[in-house]
Amino acid sequence: MLEKKRVNTGALLSLFGAVAALALVILLENTIGPTGQLFTVLKKGAVYALVAVSMNLLNGFTGLFSLGQAGFMLLGAYTYAILTVPVAAKDTVYYLYGGSAVKFSLPDLFAGIFGDGMLSLTLGVLVAIVLGGLVAAFFAWLIGLPVLRLKSDYLAIATLGFAEIIRAVFQWQALGPITNGANMITQIPTFSSFNIKTESGTIYLSSAFPMLIMILCLAVIVMLINSSYGRAFKAIREDEIAAEAMGINLPHHKMLSFCISSFFAGVGGALFAMYASNAQAMVYTSTMTYEILLIVVIGGIGSISGSVIATFLYVACSEWWLRGLDSGSFLGIQSDLFRNGFRMVVFSVVIMIVVLFFRRGIMGDREITDLFKKRPRKAAKEAVK
Amino acid sequence: MKKFLASALSAALLLSALAGCSGSGSGSASGSAPAGSGASNGDKVVKIGVFEPASGDSASGGKKEMLGMQFANSETPTVELGGETYQVELVYADNGSSTDKAPSAASQLVSEGVSVVLGSYGSGVSIAAGPIFRDAGIPAMGVTCTNPNVTAGNDHYFRICFLDPFQGTVLANFATEKFSAKKAYLLGEQGNEYDQGLIAFFEQAFTAAGGTVIKDSFPKNNSDFTSYLNKAKSEGAEVIFTPVSIAYATQIITQAAKLGIDIPFLGSDTLDDNKVLEAAKGTNVHLYVSTFYQEGGNPEFDEGIKNYINSNADAKTANGGDDTIAAVTAMGYDAYYVALEALKAAGSPKSSDVQQALWDVEYDGVSGHIAFDDTNGDAIRDTAYIKVCDTAAGAWTLEKSQTA
Amino acid sequence: MEYAISVLLSGISVGGQYALIAIGYTMVYGILRLINFAHGDVFMVSGLIAIYLTTMGLPLPVTLALAVLITVLLGFLIERVAYKPLRSAPRMSVMISAIGVSYLLQNTATFVTGGQPMNYPTIPALSKMVTIGGASTTLVTVVTPVLVIALVFGLVQLINHTKIGMAMRAVAKDFETSQLMGIKINRVISTTFIIGSALAALGSILYFTNYPYITPTAGAMPGLKAFVAAVFGGIGSIPGAVIGAFLIGICENIIKALPFEGATTFVDAFTFALLIIVLVFKPTGLFGEKATEKV
Repeated sequence: MLEKKRVNTGALLSLFGAVAALALVILLENTIGPTGQLFTVLKKGAVYALVAVSMNLLNGFTGLFSLGQAGFMLLGAYTYAILTVPVAAKDTVYYLYGGSAVKFSLPDLFAGIFGDGMLSLTLGVLVAIVLGGLVAAFFAWLIGLPVLRLKSDYLAIATLGFAEIIRAVFQWQALGPITNGANMITQIPTFSSFNIKTESGTIYLSSAFPMLIMILCLAVIVMLINSSYGRAFKAIREDEIAAEAMGINLPHHKMLSFCISSFFAGVGGALFAMYASNAQAMVYTSTMTYEILLIVVIGGIGSISGSVIATFLYVACSEWWLRGLDSGSFLGIQSDLFRNGFRMVVFSVVIMIVVLFFRRGIMGDREITDLFKKRPRKAAKEAVK
Repeated sequence: MKKFLASALSAALLLSALAGCSGSGSGSASGSAPAGSGASNGDKVVKIGVFEPASGDSASGGKKEMLGMQFANSETPTVELGGETYQVELVYADNGSSTDKAPSAASQLVSEGVSVVLGSYGSGVSIAAGPIFRDAGIPAMGVTCTNPNVTAGNDHYFRICFLDPFQGTVLANFATEKFSAKKAYLLGEQGNEYDQGLIAFFEQAFTAAGGTVIKDSFPKNNSDFTSYLNKAKSEGAEVIFTPVSIAYATQIITQAAKLGIDIPFLGSDTLDDNKVLEAAKGTNVHLYVSTFYQEGGNPEFDEGIKNYINSNADAKTANGGDDTIAAVTAMGYDAYYVALEALKAAGSPKSSDVQQALWDVEYDGVSGHIAFDDTNGDAIRDTAYIKVCDTAAGAWTLEKSQTA
Repeated sequence: MEYAISVLLSGISVGGQYALIAIGYTMVYGILRLINFAHGDVFMVSGLIAIYLTTMGLPLPVTLALAVLITVLLGFLIERVAYKPLRSAPRMSVMISAIGVSYLLQNTATFVTGGQPMNYPTIPALSKMVTIGGASTTLVTVVTPVLVIALVFGLVQLINHTKIGMAMRAVAKDFETSQLMGIKINRVISTTFIIGSALAALGSILYFTNYPYITPTAGAMPGLKAFVAAVFGGIGSIPGAVIGAFLIGICENIIKALPFEGATTFVDAFTFALLIIVLVFKPTGLFGEKATEKV
């Protein structure tokens, strides 16, 4: 009984934190203007946080070491982009192929039903994002059939290879009328499409939108992890053979975890396309997967809040706080060392230090809600981030 | 909390402003002055964003383009706007030659409140950053990004160079006129918008003239080109068209030289680089490139920039260690002055005014007359220079100037 | 015909260079069960070291010898700093550490070179042109397979007939038992890394003589392909890795030469498809031993 109560307090606090964070983001964006670097960090952070958590679900909670995240993001990004390019823009976007083979666009379809406006745009975008996730999950199921039988590092390298194959397919000129070949798919609805223009000015929701999607997805993942499925995943992580002996259907649960993780990676990919305002296969390389893996490690393998905190820290450092390391002066210190590329060197050293000496990362496998009891003040601060 | 964030934000802004000044090395003599001393003189500062790759595949091109802007900035560090003298400050953002880093680099410039943005070298990053500048209402001016999609559907992106449909046609026509070529081998990087776009336009023009083409693409980070080159040879191609980035071009030229390929190579503006010259020097490769400017086109500029490069170790490193003038440097130089013209015409550093003013700006630069068309804000240009590599001397000589 | 020969020659030469990297992978994996993601980057760094040594004005043979030596040292250090402390940690941590090292090497290389392609020094003895069956190629192409076969022969002798070789086989078979039997595990592992790095350094000399521009990511693809070769040949088996590498090198060049438009898009994809197929249908590869799952 006591246990149950504690969980509820945690959930309630998280909910409260999430709503507060969202309100704060909206407030900030509308008071200090949407051009600050802070909002770049928030947008990119929200996208990466979702992907990091999706990776953590697989690597941290189920113990399946997959390196295919970038491939699933690519699938989500392309599905989203292909389905949302406005019909009117298809000819310019697919200029090498004389228009797209996909003759419709989801926001335009909804506009036909509900009229032009926020509602049809939102519906179109949301449906495209969900479809992006579903396509990624479907491919995960296809690839999962053969490769999920593989053991740890073989699975990693097979999924890595799969991501590379996917990338090649999407760059294939023969599929150009659908994927636009080497060219980016541009002119898609982005985060700033959700800024509402009124007569008295603009209400900025461009950072709140990805935050909201991220929070919703995280809520689903948290619920999943706290369900009997989540406990089965953890059992598989701890000991496959014991788990099987306990009556857990290994292939079924592994596949489930793989598909769910890929679904959210696909959603993350669709969001990334919105963030970058284009979809291009070239971006989704293994480097991106490694980046996300390292975020997961920094945050703590097996901690969702850890991944989220680590993502925002990582993105803020790389996009904002540490930029000075690349351009000559950092914290007022001038040095010839501070030239292009130094930031990344510092970054990789920090990552190595975490990997070698702080193997549990920021949070280990604890959650932020576990900290509420002991140090409510600090936790509240973290929730704001 | 808000106070804390606001102060953190301003601290970061200050930091990056400082960083921007000292970042250029060469520009620092003139660049670092305005932020501090400008204020004390009562001078106002107008910021021009430099959106260029300083790392990644296109870094060497980006650095050369920046060189032109820095030189121009050192020549003319102030501008009169509405009767007041403004110091011009260049604010740098490195887009890392990659389309996933471009949006954040672009929003860095936006957050620093620049009036107008110059760049980038490389079309992909410019396309990726376009919506960010548009949403922020800041006009951007492409210097040497030639892909049509940079400006298409974006009324805030302008450009001062010719476009790929033009460049592809020029090179295809050159291939048929100079070599009477009927068969061409086209090789580009897989998934690279710039490469594949040019290849498509070249193919259109070349097949329209009755030729046939063989198209191939190589994966990212490929370094073995011998099979591609041998294929071109065995298929009996009469020209090889490789509009690739510098890192690949150097590999291709070196390997072609080793294989003794005597088929002429045609390259696009990216190949006009001294790293490529270095690779071709002392070999028997026939290499022709189309470009924006030929050394000798404006002796006064040539002398000025050479002095600038030779008197500044950082600038020399950025230029690849010698004083060969890259066409992109001349373009960067012109872009800076076009930006000043636009600022003058706008009469204020407000970005929306500059965007309005840009449409009607005309300027006679070292690379020729610059004006923008009314539909996309593309430069009205009808000439490309075709240069041939003098492999004995390791220098470019003008082959001809071609109008489509 | 001439064309076919030239394609085959490119394949053999690239394959041989993959083989030199693949041996390092397969030996390390055999002993530590670790995919050493940093191995390809060690190969790249070795090339950069040679470039920077040349600019210091040392004579070429000294440069090359020093480059190999420094690479060996680097490999040894990486093992000591990044892998040894994690000996008792789960395998996943070690692999993440390897990815971290790879990230560090690439970023450091970007920082040092400024991201510009670096020109590898010409080795006159190796880049001489020869003509085989009407197709002209560099001497490297001929030297590579000969060198690889000689090295494989030597290594197999080392592993089968020396004390350290026996220790390596024992450690590969059962890590803990061999430790109990008094084998100095750390020495064996260090030796493995030293051999692997030396071969990667040799491979880099041959590879970059043919393709003389080095970018910070130059090692990533050859590294991954070499790993696929090692898996294909049966991880832990040196002759298997070499055969796998030659096969991949040749197939890759045949795909590049295929006359259909768009076939070249799948050069890299082919390698990975091969990997997945091998893993799924014959996880032990061509010559790999069947490992029994210990409970």
